[in-house]
Formats: sequence, C-alpha cells, structure tokens
Amino acid sequence: MATITVEDRNGERKTLTIPANSKQNLMESLKEAGYRILATCGGIALCATCLIEVLQGAEQLPGPTGAELDMLDILPHTASGDRLSCQLWNNQIPDGLTIRLKGDEHS
Amino acid sequence: MNAIKTDIGIIGAGPVGLFAVFEAGLLKMRCHVIDALPQVGGQLSEIYPQKPIYDIPGYPEIKAQDLVDRLLEQISPFDPQFTLGERVEIIDKQPDGSFIVTTNENTTVQCKVIVIAGGLGCFEPRKPDIGNLELFEGKGVAYMVKNPELFRDKKIVIAGGGDSALDWTIFLSDVASEVTLVHRGDTFRGAPDSAEKVFSMAETGRIRLILQSNVTTIQGTGHLQQVTIQNRKGESNVIAADHLIPLFGLSPKLGPIANWGLNIDKSAITVNTADFGTNVAGIYAIGDINTYPGKLKLILCGFHEAALMAQSAFKYVYPDEKLTFKYTTVYGVNSF
Repeated sequence: MATITVEDRNGERKTLTIPANSKQNLMESLKEAGYRILATCGGIALCATCLIEVLQGAEQLPGPTGAELDMLDILPHTASGDRLSCQLWNNQIPDGLTIRLKGDEHS
Repeated sequence: MNAIKTDIGIIGAGPVGLFAVFEAGLLKMRCHVIDALPQVGGQLSEIYPQKPIYDIPGYPEIKAQDLVDRLLEQISPFDPQFTLGERVEIIDKQPDGSFIVTTNENTTVQCKVIVIAGGLGCFEPRKPDIGNLELFEGKGVAYMVKNPELFRDKKIVIAGGGDSALDWTIFLSDVASEVTLVHRGDTFRGAPDSAEKVFSMAETGRIRLILQSNVTTIQGTGHLQQVTIQNRKGESNVIAADHLIPLFGLSPKLGPIANWGLNIDKSAITVNTADFGTNVAGIYAIGDINTYPGKLKLILCGFHEAALMAQSAFKYVYPDEKLTFKYTTVYGVNSF
C-alpha cells in the first residue's frame, strides 16, 4: 500500500491511498477516486489522456518501456517526469509519490 | 461526389459495425458502412492486429485480425458496401424521417436508420500547445501530408519524433527547398533505418535537424512566415517557414459525433438498453461508443447490442411489415 499526493488540473493537492495490487493500474485507481480522466483507449498506451507528471519519486518507479516509451516519444511538450498512468501497476507505486494530472479530462 | 442509398448507414467498420451488417442482413436490411480509417476492422486492424483475444464465444483464442477476417466472411452473404478513409461529418434528418449522412469527401449516404458503431471515436492528429496554431491551419499549418506537391520549393518545418516525422522529412527533402526537423528529444525511437538516414542527411546539410527543442510560437501575416524554436536551455531561434507540419501521432476523439444532437456522457453516447437507441429516433449507438448503466466495453457486448438494435431498426426500414423472430438454425442465412 502506498500513500501518494495527487495534484489536479486546478492545482489542488489531495492524498490518495493506493493498494499494492498488481492487477490494477494507477489510471484505474485515479478514476476510481473520482478524478476525471478520459482513458479513451482503456489502458493500452494509445490515447495519452492519462498522462501524469511525476513531481516527486520518479526515480523509484520502473522506467517506461515499449508502448509507453513510444507514446511519450511522440507527444508534444512532455516533461522529463511524464508518464502514462495506465502503464504503472499499483504494486510498483512507491509511498510518497507526488503526481500532477496532465491528460485531457472528460466533461 | 458519390451518392449512395441504403437501408442502414453504419458509422464505424470495427467488429461491432461489421456484425451489425449480419444482424441487419438476417432481417433483409441492406447496409453501407463508413469508416475514417482506410481499412475495415477498426482498432483491431489498426492497433493490435496480431494481439490474441480470449473472450469471443466459441474461440478460446483468436487474433484480432483473424476475427475481422471471419466477420467479413460471415457478413459477405449480405453484400455490405463500404466507404473507407472518409469521416462522417454531418447527419441530416429528412422530413420523412430518413437521414442523409455526409462525409468529409462529400459522399452522401441516404438511409432509413443510422447505427453509430464508432468505437473509440475518430483518430485525430494530436496538436502541440502553440498559442495561435489554429489560426494558421490551412494557412501554412497542416497535420498530415495529403499532396506533397503543395510543398514543392517551399520552406518546411516538421515537428515530431515518430516514424511519420522521420518518413516525411526524408520524402520532402526531395520536394521542398528547405526541410527542418524539430524534435523534443535527442534520439528517435522510430525505424532505425529512417533515423540513421535523417542523421546522415543532417550531416551533409540536406536537411536541418534541431534536437532537444520545441516549436513555441508561429508568426505570419495571412499565411505562416516564421516559427520560433526554443531549446532546453530556453534559447530561442527564429527561422523562416512557409509550412509547419506537426506530426505528434493520432489521438482518438469523439469528433463530429458530438455535434449530432445526441445525448453524450463522458465522451460516450447514452442509449436505452431495450434497443440501444439514442435520444434521436432512428439513430442507434452500439459497441464502445455507447454508455448505459452496467456498460462493459467488450466486443461480445457490442455483438449483443447489434442483435437487439436490428430487431428494433426493422420498423423504420419495413414500417408495414410485422417482424417475427427467426432462428438461423431454422431458416438459415438467406443471402441478398
């Protein structure tokens, strides 16, 4: 289990508890917690609407590979700590992680 | 301009749109299928053709493209017609209750029923965050290369680091007077051959390659004239450009569907679960594009939705006929 800090698109920060579940990804947990994330593609690193910027703790996450790296590479204006939250499994999330939501939100 | 007349206009040629042809065909309803992608199969063919799918009834495992091929075989008795590579822009309801569907290429499909099986929506170019970008769309800014001749002897700036940015840089270097490729990173993950070629072309001066940089602003009077490129240190450089081609991949968007007067919730069309009809009589939405309480975005759910839709759509196509439910085991599949 990890306690993370999530900064929404208005700059408001809240803490969120993420159970160490290897069958669920961070995008799904953020949606469950009520954050408005489009997640059009459902978690196959295709739409980039679940893009987050890792402000703190990026070095404790496994680095992006494969489809995530391909997507991050073609996105315009990404920062060095940007990740696709659909590609981060919850059991890989370190305690104290601080993220900022960046992707398109739904209405 | 191409004018087509049919019973049901299906928007989206993914697995659910294709299966809708079968369910409609069983009830003697002809279909015309339109898709923005140049081939049928939707995301199965476009994104993961070789990925196995495990939850199609009767197939413990089937590759996505194989499922599309099987569906095409299954619907072939009903002779579906296709318009591919065109995006539906406008739906017009006629006084008699029928519809005229118009694509971006001005193809029109006149039909009694519309079935939206749009999946993830339309794949649209991802736009970079440049303040006045949209002001210059069609006036120097283009997100795809339709006619390379447009760029002959012009100064071109391509932004992006994927395969299409590499490919068009190489191709347009023979057409344009000057090609500049601007990439945020310092390496390319695209095809190694293309990346190598771009690096060697930059070395010999055939193109200009600007790495670790972004296009930040664009300027011009009436038409694009120059772009400002900023590197990671914050240093800016202004270069003359007739055209800017941002190539940052495609992102699925709801697109024109949002403008058709349908009830939308979280980028999906709300439908009733009795027949998957929308708030507009005669327009149905099935598959991943719709939403209702308990919705699951599964191909098999889309198949179910297609079956119920067809039973309901019958009344619009054959208003004077009574529909009796028939099993294929009893009546077979009667081709057109």
